[in-house]
Amino acid sequence: MTLRWKLITIVVVLVAFSAVGVYPIVAAYFGVSSPAVLMDRQLKLGLDLKGGVHLVLRVQTDDALRLETEQTMERLRAELTTKGIVVANITTPDSTHFVVEGVPPAQDAAFRQTAAEVQATFDRSAGTNGAYTFSMKPNVQVSLREEAVVQARQTIERRVNELGVTEPSIAQQGADGDQILVQLPGVTDVDRAKEIIRSTGLLELKIVEQGPAATREAFLVNGQEPAGMEILPGSSGAPGEAASVFYLLRKVAAVSGKDLRNARPTIDENNQPAVSFTLNTDGGRRFGTVTGENIGRNLAIVLDGRVQSAPRIDGRITTDGRITGSFTQEEVQNLSLILRSGALPASLTYLEERTVGPTLGADSIRAGVLASLVGLLLVMSFMLIYYRLSGVNAVVALGFNLIILLGLMAYVGAVMTLPGIAGFVLTMGMGVDSNVLIFERIKEELDAGRGVRASINAGFKRVFLTLVDTHTAALISAAFLFQFGTGPIRGFAVTLSVGLVANLFTSTFVSKTLFEMALSRRGQVATLSI
Amino acid sequence: MHIFKNTSYDFLRWRWHAIALSLAIMIAGGVTIWTRGIAKGVEFAGGTVVVEQFEQPVTVQQVREALGQFYPGGGDNAIVQAYGDPSLRMVMIRVGQVGAETGASLSVTAQQVEDALRRGDLGGFNRQGAEIVSATVGRELTNKAVWATVLSLVGILAYISFRFQLSFATGAVVATIHDLGVTLSFLAFFGYDMTLNIIAALLTIAGYSTNDTIVIFDRVRENLRGMRRDSLNDVINVAINQTLGRTIITAGTALFSALALFLFGGDVLHGFAFTLLVGLIAGTYSTVFIAAAIVSFWRGAGPTRAGRHAQAAATTAPQQPTRRSKLQRKARAS
Repeated sequence: MTLRWKLITIVVVLVAFSAVGVYPIVAAYFGVSSPAVLMDRQLKLGLDLKGGVHLVLRVQTDDALRLETEQTMERLRAELTTKGIVVANITTPDSTHFVVEGVPPAQDAAFRQTAAEVQATFDRSAGTNGAYTFSMKPNVQVSLREEAVVQARQTIERRVNELGVTEPSIAQQGADGDQILVQLPGVTDVDRAKEIIRSTGLLELKIVEQGPAATREAFLVNGQEPAGMEILPGSSGAPGEAASVFYLLRKVAAVSGKDLRNARPTIDENNQPAVSFTLNTDGGRRFGTVTGENIGRNLAIVLDGRVQSAPRIDGRITTDGRITGSFTQEEVQNLSLILRSGALPASLTYLEERTVGPTLGADSIRAGVLASLVGLLLVMSFMLIYYRLSGVNAVVALGFNLIILLGLMAYVGAVMTLPGIAGFVLTMGMGVDSNVLIFERIKEELDAGRGVRASINAGFKRVFLTLVDTHTAALISAAFLFQFGTGPIRGFAVTLSVGLVANLFTSTFVSKTLFEMALSRRGQVATLSI
Repeated sequence: MHIFKNTSYDFLRWRWHAIALSLAIMIAGGVTIWTRGIAKGVEFAGGTVVVEQFEQPVTVQQVREALGQFYPGGGDNAIVQAYGDPSLRMVMIRVGQVGAETGASLSVTAQQVEDALRRGDLGGFNRQGAEIVSATVGRELTNKAVWATVLSLVGILAYISFRFQLSFATGAVVATIHDLGVTLSFLAFFGYDMTLNIIAALLTIAGYSTNDTIVIFDRVRENLRGMRRDSLNDVINVAINQTLGRTIITAGTALFSALALFLFGGDVLHGFAFTLLVGLIAGTYSTVFIAAAIVSFWRGAGPTRAGRHAQAAATTAPQQPTRRSKLQRKARAS
């Protein structure tokens, strides 16, 4: 690459990152009106600096109990069918009980034996005429409720803080512990945030037995859903049409949201927004079997109990699929996020919504920002004093680093907190390491009697390998932190990776180009100010 | 300008002293943590949230000061926020757990908060609500943080083994663990509460320490090619001396920024900056004295491969088991 192209590259990068990272902050400060594309992504200030919105939700833990009861009941029903025990009726009167009626006296012993399988979670009591009532044990109820809240909390955390850079504050609240307090920093679109938090997000893929039909009744056999089947509503497929149609589906899902590995926005063959998903290995194998056996039939994509679409299965599908329907671009993005974060174990209701002020007083904020500026100035002045003119090079590289970092952080939707700003300063303090390494090496080469140009080239060349090693090691550790950490730990990994990439670019490419630029104007150079 | 020019300090001579000093600090730290424990900030411990409506406008700062002065156990860790529309003059206060949190002590805590506000002379107020609130940083996050750190160290171990050798990798990872241990010890000595900011600082230290170590190892690797007849200890010493200027300058600039945060950053950044100060010093020290010493112990202080091979060819003295390149093995066989 010639010097001209290097300079052009640098200017392009600088302008792009300034537009995303620096311009919106300055524009907002001076009240300049700017295109929404730029302003939407600007770095937001955290709860500690600016406050945000305060939400309290109640987890409907009864949902989790009902689900457990229904699943246990279905398991028992399946077990009874395979053993040939015919009972009159099985029902769930409420969320913690289910009732089996009409167990034939001849099969009573066999029934009791089969029912023993559920006794870990349910107590059994016998009634008249072969009726049995199963009630969930109190300790199981307590632990299921607790689990549901903890799971809901984790799911919410994943939804509002996927990359770990959003800095929310999430806690359980209340004497029963079934409330969740969520504080989000400076959310402008509160409704969208609330919708994302609350969506159940349960995805199921089920084989269509019959349908669609205009009414639910069309599928009923003797006024009941056929055994092992269920009837679910869905849209007729025409975009924007609210009219519901109904499908008769197999009750057992081929795969569900638990088998998802990833989901992301895409566009279908009609240029409509859609969500493409990838299943994990296990889910992919099961999905392959089911789709392979059902070629030519339709597959219903069910989201929160509603059929989104029911495309025909044209061939065996294993790990990759797509959810189409009449979605808008924003719905598709929200849906991808919700699917990635997993389903909520129970539904949620909002109890409270308020705006809250910053957690830090004006004095603390001023002190923190002042200290950060002092730190940055100290680092810069040291570099200028110690490396003289070459120090200017390092300071320019540092400025670049800061701008790229701000731009990338704004792009991933990061939120700036006071410790975050302090971390930035520290990144700068440590980031000069690469410059120091190179400059010290250049000095060594100069001392060894090499010419200026040769020394600069040798310095950059020799240190490059070291930099690759240190940066790769750090990126590896960031990857592990991101993969296995949650919330702020992930956020740390994201910030670290962004800093490393920015640093490698500025300390090698930008800094080297600056040297070349300075030397290109002069012919023979005898001394270097370093 | 040069801080160090052509130095030739024998750093490895001090390795036993260094190891003894580090062990002493970490044992003392371990004992302190064992007996006193590390206090957990409100993020980890949970507590009570109280909402008060004031009759006169108050600032968040005033409320925090009143709590700091009069709330039992201090209000330094309290989270105070304006709540709802500013014209309603409502303030939400989250205070850490004091003793067991039950229905009864909930009202006790709320009462204590109100006593502090009253003594702080902030005018009249009405309680709008009080609730028990859990930790914002759950136990699962803490566990995952520890696991993620351990696994990331394993990742670094694998990478350095691949790029250098297992002995170098072990040195780097032990040095990193050393830095975390020393920093935690100092946090315990000075009684800092564990907060998310401090965890971030610890992770930063781990990264810094590895970085610092790799830079020196890289120089050792480079020198090994040119200094085949010198002992490994000499090669390491030369590498440390060659990079000494850089080590001091980098540590210095990072320390400058951490010191500025510590001195001027106020209460919020105090723990964060303290952790960084200790960690940066420990990280620099461990690179020079601990990481290199481990490589030296592992590989033996004798001549490097080529030097030893020359020796072995001259005499039939028993050789220490070391890894040899295929070429060398072939040479020996012939």
